[in-house]
Amino acid sequence: MKFVDEFRDPEMARALLDKIHAIVAEIPKCQDKPLQIMEVCGGHTHSIFRYGLEALLPKQIELVHGPGCPVCVLPMGRVDDCVAIAEQTDVIFTTFGDAMRVPGSRKSLQQAKAEGCDVRMVYSPMDALQLARQHPDKRVVFFGLGFETTMPSTALTLLQAEKEGIDNFYLFCNHITIIPTIKAILDSPDMYIDGFLGPGHVSMVIGQAPYEFISSQYNRPLVVAGFEPLDVLQSLYMLLLQIRDGEARIENQYKRIVPEGGNSQALQALAQVFELREFFEWRGLGSIDHSGVQLRQAYARYDAEKQFVVPNLKIADPKSCQCGEVLKGVLKPWECKVFGKQCTPEVPLGALMVSTEGACSAYYSYGKIDAANI
Amino acid sequence: MCLGIPGRIIEILDEENALAMVDISGVKRQVNLGCVMPDAAASTLIGRWTLVHVGFAMSLIDEDEAQKTLQILAELGELQEELAAMQASQTD
Ligand code: SF4
Repeated sequence: MKFVDEFRDPEMARALLDKIHAIVAEIPKCQDKPLQIMEVCGGHTHSIFRYGLEALLPKQIELVHGPGCPVCVLPMGRVDDCVAIAEQTDVIFTTFGDAMRVPGSRKSLQQAKAEGCDVRMVYSPMDALQLARQHPDKRVVFFGLGFETTMPSTALTLLQAEKEGIDNFYLFCNHITIIPTIKAILDSPDMYIDGFLGPGHVSMVIGQAPYEFISSQYNRPLVVAGFEPLDVLQSLYMLLLQIRDGEARIENQYKRIVPEGGNSQALQALAQVFELREFFEWRGLGSIDHSGVQLRQAYARYDAEKQFVVPNLKIADPKSCQCGEVLKGVLKPWECKVFGKQCTPEVPLGALMVSTEGACSAYYSYGKIDAANI
Repeated sequence: MCLGIPGRIIEILDEENALAMVDISGVKRQVNLGCVMPDAAASTLIGRWTLVHVGFAMSLIDEDEAQKTLQILAELGELQEELAAMQASQTD
C-alpha cells in the first residue's frame, strides 16, 4: 500500500481498505468473477488513476470507467458542426478549452483557429456573453457542453442575454443528461454493472430522487460519491455492504455537498430553458434516447442549430479507435490497439485521450502507478 | 470544467443580476450567484465559501470543505488548470 501514505489521512485509508478487503470475502458471487463497479463521472476516473486506487483494491473488484466525461463522448460529427459554424462569416466561436483539441473528421477547433477562424477559449458562458456585448457586429456562439453540472450556467447565461436584449448571442447546445445514459448502460447486453459510484456534482444539481429507478427497476445500488480518495473508498465500501446484504438502495456519501433535493434554483432555470431531445448521438455509445437537451421553442432565436447552417452529419470513428468499447468498459484503455502509439494526449486520435477526465488520458498519465498490477 | 473550484465571496457587484466578486486561490473573478441566492439580501453571503463551476456558484460550502477540496484539486492538477483557464479566458 505504498501510495496510501500520500493520502491526507493514511490511517483512515488503510482502515477502509482493510474493511474492503474483508468484506469481498463475504460476497460469494465475486470469488470467480470480479464485481463490476462503474464510476459514472470522469472526475472519479481522474481521482482513481491519480491515487492508484485500482492497485489497492482486491482483485474481486473491477472498476469500470463510465461515460461521464462530456468531452470524451463528443462524436466527430459534432466537432465538424462546431468547425462549420466557426467558419461562417462574422462569427466568434467560444468554447471551454477542453473541447479545443477533440478531433473532428476534417479538423479540430484548434486547427480551425490556427487556420484563421475566430475561435476563443472561455472559462465561462458568461465570458461568451461578455464578448457578445463587446462585439455587437459579430455573432457570438457558445458551445454548451456538459452534464447537469454545467447546464445551469448555460441556462442562466441565456436568461441573462434575454433580459438584456442581447441578440447576437447563440448557443450550440450539446448538453447531455445523466439519467438516460445510466439507463442505457443498464439495458446494454454487453455489460453487467453490479453497482454505481454516482456523480457528485451532477447530483448536487439534480439531487437523489432521479436515481431511484436504478434500485427500484434494476435492483442495483448507487452511492453518490465525493472525489477525494477517501470519499471513493468509503463509497465503495458502502456499495459493497449493500451488495453483501443483497440490497439495492440509493445512498449519498457526499452529503456535505449534495442535498437530497438538489439545487432548486438551478433546476428551475433548466426547466425554463431546456427540453429533452428525442435522441442524441454519443461517441462510441451510439444514439441514446432522451439523452440530450435542446433549447425550448421560446428560445429558438438563440439556438445555433436553427440560426446557422449546421451539417449535422454522422461520422464514424476511425476504424482503429476503440473508444466505444473503452467507454462501455468492455476494453481497458491499454487494450485499445492504438493506445500510447498513434493515440497519445499530445496527438489524440480518440476523445478519451483528450481530457484528463478521459480514461485513456488518465491511464496514460498515471498508468505507471498501476502498470505493475496489470 | 466538471469539478468545481472553491472560492470566497468578497463583494456583491450587482444584486439584481446576482453578480459577485469571488476570490479563487488569489484570483479575483466575477461569479454568478443565481443558484445560491438567499431569501435575505445577497450581502449576507459575503465571506462565505462557494463551489464555483464555470463561473457560477453552485453550492455554499464550509471553510474546512473548501480547504480540503483545494488540496485535492491541486493534487489532481485541476486547480492549476482551472486557474489558468480563468486567466486565459478571452473576453475582449
Ligand atoms: S487509446 Fe485513443 S482511440 Fe483507443 S480508446 Fe483510447 S482514446 Fe480511443
